[in-house]
Amino acid sequence: MQVSARAATASASAAAGAARCAALLQPLSPILSPTPFTSSLKFPIRARLRDFTCAPRTMACPSLSTPISSARTWRGAGLALLRSTMAGSVPSPRLLGSAPSRGLACRSTATAAAAVQTSTTAGSETSSPAASPLSDYEAVIGIECHVQLATASKAFCGCPSLFGSEPNTHVCPVCMGHPGTLPALNAGMVTLAVRAGLALGCRIAPRSKFDRKQYFYPDLPKGYQISQYDEPICSGGQLEVEVDGEVKSFGIIRAHLEEDAGKIVYAGAERLSGADYSLVDFNRAGVPLLEIVSAPDMRSGRDAAAYGEELRRVLRTCGVTDGNMAEGSMRVDVNVSVRPRGSPTYGTRVEIKNMNSFSNMQKAIDYEIERQVSLLRSGRGAEVVQETRLWDEIRLHTTTMRKKEGLADYRYFPEPDLPPLEVSQEFIEQVRSSLPELPAARRARYLSLGLTRGDVAVLADEEATSALFDAVLALGAPVRQAANWIQGDIMAYCKETKTSMSGWSLSPSALAEMIGLIEGGVISGKIAKEVLPDLLQGRGNGGVRAYIESRGLLMISDQAAVEQLVGRVLEANPKQLAEYRGGKTKLQGFFEGQVMRESKGRVNPGLMKEVLMRMLRGE
Amino acid sequence: MQAGLRRGLRSGTLRGLAFKAARCKHVMAVASAKTSIIREIQRQIVSKERSAVEITQQYLDAISKADSTVCSFITVDAEQALAQARAVDARIASGGTEGLGPLAGVPLAIKDNICTQGTRTTAGSQILRDYVPTFDATAVSKLRAAGAIFLGKTNMDEFGMGSSTENSSYKPTRNPWDPQRVPGGSSGGSAAAVAARECVAALGSDTGGSIRQPAHFCGIVGLKPTYGRVSRYGLMSYASSLDVIGPMTHSVEDAALLLNVMAGGDPRDATSSGQPVQDFTAGLRHSSSSSGSCSSSSSAAAAGTGSSGSGSSSRPLAGRRVGLVCETLGEGVAPEVEAAVRAAAGHLQQLGAEVEEISLPTFGLGLPAYYVLALSEASANLSRYDGVRYGARAPSAADLASLFCGSRGAGLGGEVKRRILMGSYALSAGYYDAYYKRAQQVRTLVQREMSGALQRCDALLTPTAPTPAYRLGEKASDPLAMYKGDLMTVNVNLAGLPAIVLPAGYVRVPAGAAAGDAAAGEGVQLPIGMQLIGRAFDEAGLLQLAHVYEQTAQLPALTPPLAVC
Repeated sequence: MQVSARAATASASAAAGAARCAALLQPLSPILSPTPFTSSLKFPIRARLRDFTCAPRTMACPSLSTPISSARTWRGAGLALLRSTMAGSVPSPRLLGSAPSRGLACRSTATAAAAVQTSTTAGSETSSPAASPLSDYEAVIGIECHVQLATASKAFCGCPSLFGSEPNTHVCPVCMGHPGTLPALNAGMVTLAVRAGLALGCRIAPRSKFDRKQYFYPDLPKGYQISQYDEPICSGGQLEVEVDGEVKSFGIIRAHLEEDAGKIVYAGAERLSGADYSLVDFNRAGVPLLEIVSAPDMRSGRDAAAYGEELRRVLRTCGVTDGNMAEGSMRVDVNVSVRPRGSPTYGTRVEIKNMNSFSNMQKAIDYEIERQVSLLRSGRGAEVVQETRLWDEIRLHTTTMRKKEGLADYRYFPEPDLPPLEVSQEFIEQVRSSLPELPAARRARYLSLGLTRGDVAVLADEEATSALFDAVLALGAPVRQAANWIQGDIMAYCKETKTSMSGWSLSPSALAEMIGLIEGGVISGKIAKEVLPDLLQGRGNGGVRAYIESRGLLMISDQAAVEQLVGRVLEANPKQLAEYRGGKTKLQGFFEGQVMRESKGRVNPGLMKEVLMRMLRGE
Repeated sequence: MQAGLRRGLRSGTLRGLAFKAARCKHVMAVASAKTSIIREIQRQIVSKERSAVEITQQYLDAISKADSTVCSFITVDAEQALAQARAVDARIASGGTEGLGPLAGVPLAIKDNICTQGTRTTAGSQILRDYVPTFDATAVSKLRAAGAIFLGKTNMDEFGMGSSTENSSYKPTRNPWDPQRVPGGSSGGSAAAVAARECVAALGSDTGGSIRQPAHFCGIVGLKPTYGRVSRYGLMSYASSLDVIGPMTHSVEDAALLLNVMAGGDPRDATSSGQPVQDFTAGLRHSSSSSGSCSSSSSAAAAGTGSSGSGSSSRPLAGRRVGLVCETLGEGVAPEVEAAVRAAAGHLQQLGAEVEEISLPTFGLGLPAYYVLALSEASANLSRYDGVRYGARAPSAADLASLFCGSRGAGLGGEVKRRILMGSYALSAGYYDAYYKRAQQVRTLVQREMSGALQRCDALLTPTAPTPAYRLGEKASDPLAMYKGDLMTVNVNLAGLPAIVLPAGYVRVPAGAAAGDAAAGEGVQLPIGMQLIGRAFDEAGLLQLAHVYEQTAQLPALTPPLAVC
């Protein structure tokens, strides 16, 4: 009796206590910083580029090799890591074993089944996903773009951030997620993110934080990815894009820092299905990324492609990334939904992955819009489900990769190993003042020089091109001629030799001199074209005139020499001369050609014409 | 005797008295005034009285003698230890003792969740049973550079998850005071190794009391430094925002000597602090290096504390304020624990300190908040043990799921799984605000209240745990009872403050159990430690306070029955 009364009192007081606690806690902000005493990471912090040089040591370390070699199923991979003598017996030496894959295979079977289904559906409705009028429907497109930041080292350790090396040679205990290791933020990564943010008109958060995004996958060393969840470093920007002559502004919701995962290589097949087993290359694990999330402002594949191209142009101009889509340093995921025109709500969103160029992205989006509209039109709107689809660039359609996106719970929480990141206003201003001229400003400047939109689009498209153009202009070359040479012969030669504009050693002063020599009548345009490949190799950088002279290609402008040339041609063609003098004046062109050939293109055309006319008339 | 000494202290005659005691036959009475073993080894090494190899061999012998009973070590790396010792000796032979590291020839034990290059490091878990780190933890590399010798890796609750070392996946460690009792945890192996004199000192890690509670159970000194004071790089994370590495030693001075070497910011640990590091021994007046044999110089040290320095000689703690936290006393606390802490408070008062009882109303909120936060962080920190890159792997996994589930299922123990599940739950969508965020708010509250109290007081005084060491198996099946034992220590981690535990008394209890036990008749003595909590980054003040107490408290000179003498 007494006991139960006491218990009741106890529970009542416990309840009162709980209420009191709740009231007490109400006004408190949680400590999200893990460290109450150390100040947060003030920026700029010391760049940590060469602090860890563990790659060779890790390769030899027993902790890495022992468990793997002892696992029977993984003998191949483990031994490959352990002993180079065994390397011949496995397809990819130095790859660490991941999972063999019945589970993976199951998933891929499911995918394959779905793919078949999708393709038959697609086949019956839209065998040719060519754009059809969307008068009654409107597409809504948003783009998430993962950009690899062009730092020398990885995001949280000192391993080099390089593409295309031997598997697992740029790894250390930190990026391999070894027990006891901790992340140390790469200052260069923050600088580049601030640069990108400013170039995209974003607000740079004076204080942002890192979070852990948790999931299990063999390519994710720590079982979580360090990312930024609710307090990204950049937010609220926009990008002005010219789409088919019309300027549109697309919003940017946010851009946040995160680390990349490793890469899974399927042995015995191109992809998951049919693979005997899979291997993991951790070179990419921990490479710094900036994920840029656009607002759902785009309405067509063309919009999206233009946004992507302009985004890449801006980021490349700022030196934030090399933007190479084929090497994966720029990866896009697009979200596409379709709704009746004028509807205030969005339709069901489908994510598309696996597009390795903007033209493919455009095709994939247009296909997907068509697919969704067709389903909606035929009353099968329920078949548009929230899912991830893959673009198949060979069959030119999208197929289901996985469904039920919404169920993933990444259990985000603040990364306790990294204090919040603070970026001072001073630093932001410093970065701002170091930004180069952005593509939009450059295009405006070129237009003001009197160039056409077409010229501008070509000249301002790539950093190397516009850098050359600007440098040549600065040396006094006339705008028109400079533009013509660069976008004409030089770009044609680039295309012919499959070399990028930045791949040449032609100095701007050499190009400017060459244009000057043509203008001054010292060489002919034809000769210039002839020596252009040499000039691109840098052979005229010591002086174009001297180079051309040394090859004996200077223009012949001496009256007597020209008369001699013309005389030789007239002598050699008595029949035509007689015809001309007999009234067939059309033959003038023939004679001009002959003289030009005789001079190997070096004769001064004006002078030659004058002398020729005189001598033809027999004066 | 003790009362007399206290009186002597007050009247300023202690010095003479102690001196006399040291010189004649009353050595035992003051032998509990702890001396620095590290200083003694420094002296022996510098005077070439003994070589590093001899000293190391002595401790390796002690391990072979005692460890079959105590079970402090998971790995003993004798070969490596002797190689280190030979290197120290070679260095002395070629270059003399000048510029010798401060820990040259000092044999230490390292908790098994702290990475040691080339020596197996398991964190007490089967999933890392063959894991050999390729790098040293920053704390370890600093000790190595200072000339310390690493005997081996000590037993612990798996990944630090436990308070008795019974959650080790290898074996339970015995308390050197009574083999039927636990040494505490999770740094139970380190505490037992120090108490059993299998090493000079050891490194522990403290997430919610894992250095302090075993120090209390084993009657040694355990220092939990301020969060960020010692780099966590190389400490296998349990809860990143709470974890800290600290020394476990015989004396306060030894703790200060180890902290001297380990403290400081580390570019590899973004949460480590750039706070300036001073000489933590500067405030400790020692004379053990002065002359003569170990025990007599120790009594001189004891005497010196009372009299030297610029302050009042009989009241060395005059002007210091110590808050006795009333929420940690009374109901639920063993009477002998409370008595020891109150006696310690009385002693501090006699040394001149102002001791007041203070109330921290939110004290009890810390424990649930701690478990939510620690387990949430742990659930993520332990995700890396997936069998892919290192560690034990399921032998015949057919697919991805069975690789992960098989490796983790077989490699991780029950308590670890329980904590991962609870942490994952607390972080799940829909529960985050109710658990994780709420716990962070409580953390704010606890931290504010403790910092507020430490503005008024120089230090807070509490028991370390509600009871002395309990019997093996007594709480193993009741995780909640085990968690409750952390009540007095977790708040310190939530607030990130430094705290030190040191012996404050002994209690005689009936012997462990087992009929036929030799000690059964007369019972056993168990140590009781008190906890002093200091201001952030004021380890120097905390160590000084603890040192004065240690050198003047006249505790009976007891040695654990399992200690190797």
